[in-house]
Amino acid sequence: MQTGGGPCDTKMALKSKQVGSFREAIADIPDGSTIGFGGFAMPGVAFNLIKALLEQGAKRLTLVGNTTGGAAVPRMPDMGMLVENGQVAKVICAFTAATRPTDVLPFTKYYESGECEAELVPQGTLAERLRAAGAGIPAFYTPTAVGTELAEGRETRVINGREYLLEYALPLDYAFIRAVRADTFGNLQFHRAQRNFNPVMAMAARTTIVEVDEPIVPVGEIDPDQVHCSGIFVKRLIQVPPEPEGIWPTRRQERRR
Amino acid sequence: MSDTKGLNRQQMADRMALEFRDGWIVNLGVGIPTMCSNTDLGDVDFTYHSENGIIGYGPVAAAGEEDLNLVNAGGQNVTMKPGGSVVHHADSFAIIRGGHIDATVMGAYEVSMTGDFANWKLKGQKGGGIGGAMDLAACAKRVFIILEHVTRKNEPRLVTACALPVTARGVVTLVSTNYGLFEPTGTGFLLREIAPGLTVDEIRATTGGILTVADNLRTVRLAG
Repeated sequence: MQTGGGPCDTKMALKSKQVGSFREAIADIPDGSTIGFGGFAMPGVAFNLIKALLEQGAKRLTLVGNTTGGAAVPRMPDMGMLVENGQVAKVICAFTAATRPTDVLPFTKYYESGECEAELVPQGTLAERLRAAGAGIPAFYTPTAVGTELAEGRETRVINGREYLLEYALPLDYAFIRAVRADTFGNLQFHRAQRNFNPVMAMAARTTIVEVDEPIVPVGEIDPDQVHCSGIFVKRLIQVPPEPEGIWPTRRQERRR
Repeated sequence: MSDTKGLNRQQMADRMALEFRDGWIVNLGVGIPTMCSNTDLGDVDFTYHSENGIIGYGPVAAAGEEDLNLVNAGGQNVTMKPGGSVVHHADSFAIIRGGHIDATVMGAYEVSMTGDFANWKLKGQKGGGIGGAMDLAACAKRVFIILEHVTRKNEPRLVTACALPVTARGVVTLVSTNYGLFEPTGTGFLLREIAPGLTVDEIRATTGGILTVADNLRTVRLAG
């Protein structure tokens, strides 16, 4: 396996962004960072980087993602584990409770006891706040959540006869995402539902770290027309080793309804 | 289940699926709405959209043939239909907010006679589960709700005003319950179709607001 950003025997125009280990990929993350976790359900979640962050131990983190996780069986590395580990000050996500009232997310008790803050954001608003951060748009108006508890006391504006709610961009210090394929510059391809939040999180973050399913290929191997996320948004890359060393999506177990 | 009167869950979904028209883009919520995808609609050709950017997905994959990187919004390992496509999350919700979704079908705790509905937060709960529901509710061309007609305590879920925090206001146009098919009218609910074994009086007693009955009231139509 290739490692580091060291010398290379081919005529590569660009320096490799590969790092040697998950630990190394996230070693510099300081306390108080805002980190986006890409992924939706299993696909596209950087399980290995999340696990490494548990071991690294940074504290007072703000975590951004679709859900705090923990409802699915088997349980995979998720935000809730970092909360349980005392590393998290706040989460920003579309679910702080499960879709089914009978499911209880591990996060919920920490939220209810006040040990961890949460900002509940509609999923489309979350995606657009990230996109806006990456696109240099400080805020935008959306029809989503108008007339609900979420809009209480906040700025709205009537445009062409319809009421809209003001939402602010959500920049990230770091983003953890997963892709199926990458070249050493960080040009990415996703497979099917792996894509989800990942390209917008990559744009929103100052430092995007990617775990990759397949061996990282030299630049030029991915057709520029087939790149789903440009390497300009990616800072570090690491290939996921086979199981059991690496963590891969698993079949979800159907539960009783 | 709280109530076994009238239609079963699949039949409630079947009835709603009969509303889908050729060429529609449809988003199905988790739970009973997902069962609309089991309904045989013959030649009606429409496309399913999922919040995670999967457009044109097909049935749940057979055991052993799952692509673990292909899921719908409920996390089920689905298949892709020919002509399917994938976009990222911001584009997926641009599709929703941009008015490109013809119908969204969701579950709910309550629907009001003015077309408000609540499905993200229970009484006394801190936080909740919004997911994509507020975006879909505010922006889909049609918002259809499937729910059981009464709670476990036999209280109405079709109500004059929602007691729970709403997901959106004034958006619901059609409701399929185990008792029948209803339209919020502003002052009550119009019963358009009635489930076998139910009487109008029974429904009136378990529905908030004024229940009106369609002139051409019929038994609930079911596909297949």
